[in-house]
Amino acid sequence: MVPSQLSAEHFRGYPPKARQLAADNVGLLRRLPLGFVPFLLKEIILYDWKFPAEQRELNGQIAYLEGLPDEQRQAEMARFAGLHLDASLEAFDWVNSPAQFLELLSAHLWATHQTDEFREASEQYVHKFYAAFARPALPVPRLGIVVVGHGVGENRYALFRKLRRSGVYFSNVNPANGLETLLETVRTRAKNYPQAYGHWSIQGGGKVAAPGVTCVSYDELTPVRSSLAEKMRAAYESPKFNPETLRTVLAQVEPGSLGMAGDATLDRFQLSLLTEGSGTQIYSTTFVQWAAREALRRAQPLTLLTRYTARQKERPMNELLTGTGRTVATDPEDSLIDADMGAYYTWLNQQRLPGAEQSRFLVWFEDHGEAVAIAPHLKAGTSDASAIHVAELLRKIA
Amino acid sequence: MLRRFRGEPSTAREVAHAISRNRREFLREATGAVAAGTLLRPYPLSALSLPRARKAVVVTFGGGARDDETFAPDGQANIPHMLAELAPRSTFFTQVINRGILGHYVATASLATGVYETFNNFAKVSPDHPTVFEYFRKDLKRPSTDAWVIAPSNGFNRIGESGYRGYGPGFGAGVILPKRLLAAALTNGGEGNFNHLLRDNYESSSFSPVVGGNDVELKTLSDIFQLSVADFVAHAKSLASPDELSVYIARQLMHRLAPSLLWITLHDIDVAHSGAFSLYLDGIRRSDRLCAELWRTIQAEPEYAGKTTMFILPDFGRDSDASSGGNGFQHHRTGDATSRTTWMMALGAGVRENTIVDRPIESTDLVPTLGALLGFSASLAQGKPLPEVA
Repeated sequence: MVPSQLSAEHFRGYPPKARQLAADNVGLLRRLPLGFVPFLLKEIILYDWKFPAEQRELNGQIAYLEGLPDEQRQAEMARFAGLHLDASLEAFDWVNSPAQFLELLSAHLWATHQTDEFREASEQYVHKFYAAFARPALPVPRLGIVVVGHGVGENRYALFRKLRRSGVYFSNVNPANGLETLLETVRTRAKNYPQAYGHWSIQGGGKVAAPGVTCVSYDELTPVRSSLAEKMRAAYESPKFNPETLRTVLAQVEPGSLGMAGDATLDRFQLSLLTEGSGTQIYSTTFVQWAAREALRRAQPLTLLTRYTARQKERPMNELLTGTGRTVATDPEDSLIDADMGAYYTWLNQQRLPGAEQSRFLVWFEDHGEAVAIAPHLKAGTSDASAIHVAELLRKIA
Repeated sequence: MLRRFRGEPSTAREVAHAISRNRREFLREATGAVAAGTLLRPYPLSALSLPRARKAVVVTFGGGARDDETFAPDGQANIPHMLAELAPRSTFFTQVINRGILGHYVATASLATGVYETFNNFAKVSPDHPTVFEYFRKDLKRPSTDAWVIAPSNGFNRIGESGYRGYGPGFGAGVILPKRLLAAALTNGGEGNFNHLLRDNYESSSFSPVVGGNDVELKTLSDIFQLSVADFVAHAKSLASPDELSVYIARQLMHRLAPSLLWITLHDIDVAHSGAFSLYLDGIRRSDRLCAELWRTIQAEPEYAGKTTMFILPDFGRDSDASSGGNGFQHHRTGDATSRTTWMMALGAGVRENTIVDRPIESTDLVPTLGALLGFSASLAQGKPLPEVA
């Protein structure tokens, strides 16, 4: 089937809001090429469980495409329409399984040397869309906080080398009540600027709950991770195993099958962290970094607090998945290195969001004296050895 | 959302040139041995006036290492051996572009055929085009014992020969999968002590328990290496990773059979897919050390010293931190310039020392270059011999 054959009836298998959105815009979808429509449908089919920021952007994207004069839309779609796709892709049920279609499309583009063309076309399209997309003003500058190094005693790794270039390196931070001070800041912002999924706490350890704060915890997800690991192990031990089949197995997992029965949007989000992320099932450091990336990309929070804890030591993959074998030991020192890079990536991802020029960022070595603070009014690439408390650090970047 | 940071190169070509420039400048500063004039002039003299190679050892990294963790200032501590021991003795190509599929098996196959192979990275298939081993053995009428591949995992077991008519079965290389050998040797319940050597990550093409193809069975291995299973297992106890096991096997092979064409694919770095940055750095440091060990072995083995050219190159790079579609070091999925642009070091017989080549070359140029060095024709390869070394 090709997009011009689409009708509202084709979306009857979609969840309610997604079905309505697709049906309302079937006229637009018919006019888009097969090299593009499934990307839109992949987002639309999940509309019911998307965060408000995502829904806003998806609505905006549809409005943008709908608002273009026909000739201009065709010009914007020309590079997607020019991709050479084969008959098997056309024959695939891309309406009901857009994500699986995109896996096949991706393999096809790589094999036919069209990946670069597709990537450039995508970048061009996205730039044009965002240039035309009006986003609501933020009520307060975005704030990212990363806490690293839980459980580390002596450290010989040169921390925050990358982040120091963008902010002030503090080497004499008084750690007393540091963590509680940071948590209180998140609570206060959630109270003062209430927003659905606008304030997040992502923990490598146990859950840290607060009113108005979306909480994700690696430890809290242990039962889900265990159930998922069991499915992965079964797939792994299958004679037909390969990484592609594993991805298909994971993509088909529903939150309910793993005992998740909370906020549907958050459940889907957390499940996606474990099914779409690599290493998130086995290393808490990877989980925190990836969760922060996805939370920023998708929910665009005003406040994000992430705290890394020690991950388990490296072991063979089958042991990591099953939890069998030797007693699980943690690796605080290497986890600090993981978290240091994770903090840098969190900052990079925060800077990709609207309002980046005003955003604030703080990374702190928990229970130790090192931190980097980044804010528009702080001089990048400098250091400060004077004694300072975490609360004062927060005031400096306010 | 796709954005770039202010001041960064914006096109793939600009990024590739920036990478090349950074590598050149860094090597110049780090090794202190390369004259600026040499860097800036076109390659001055033909390598043909140097002693020609009669043997070649190729080391590829399955799982590229980015400049940030190697040739950039932040990364230099991770590659002390390459910088201090190998780079000053090498012709260093700063800009090797891989225009093919960025999956490890298919990319390694492309390196070995000189053609951008297009098969599914996870399929258990032979390369579609003749491999360097087939060209070498057929053209030069070399026996099967003269070309070997040491590969990281089961997914690579068909890398030694293609399905191409006129080449293929009977002309390929022997393929050794060290982890499979060790697994076969561990028949007495000792597996728990060796899992660190058998590990893999689930993004690699490694999890196929059923394999076939031209790999060497344990008995043949013991015949070749004259090692008892017990000795092999005992030595394995002292090793820390799968790549160490691969290099151990390589050294045994060099000592016993002295093959003229030896291809080793290291894979520890690809632990990066797990997202643990510290493990990725460990992999880089280990690869750095193992490359130096192989170079020293070449110098120490009479069959190799003075007549061997060694090539070291990652199969491709990893995603840039600036690519919003990726996740930095963790993967190589975006196809951005950083993930497609890598480097190559050539050193030994027939190769000029202390030389940096800035012009872009392609990863498919390796096989024709090996052909020019060793005297065979890679007639179906897409690449071209590199005049700087061939």
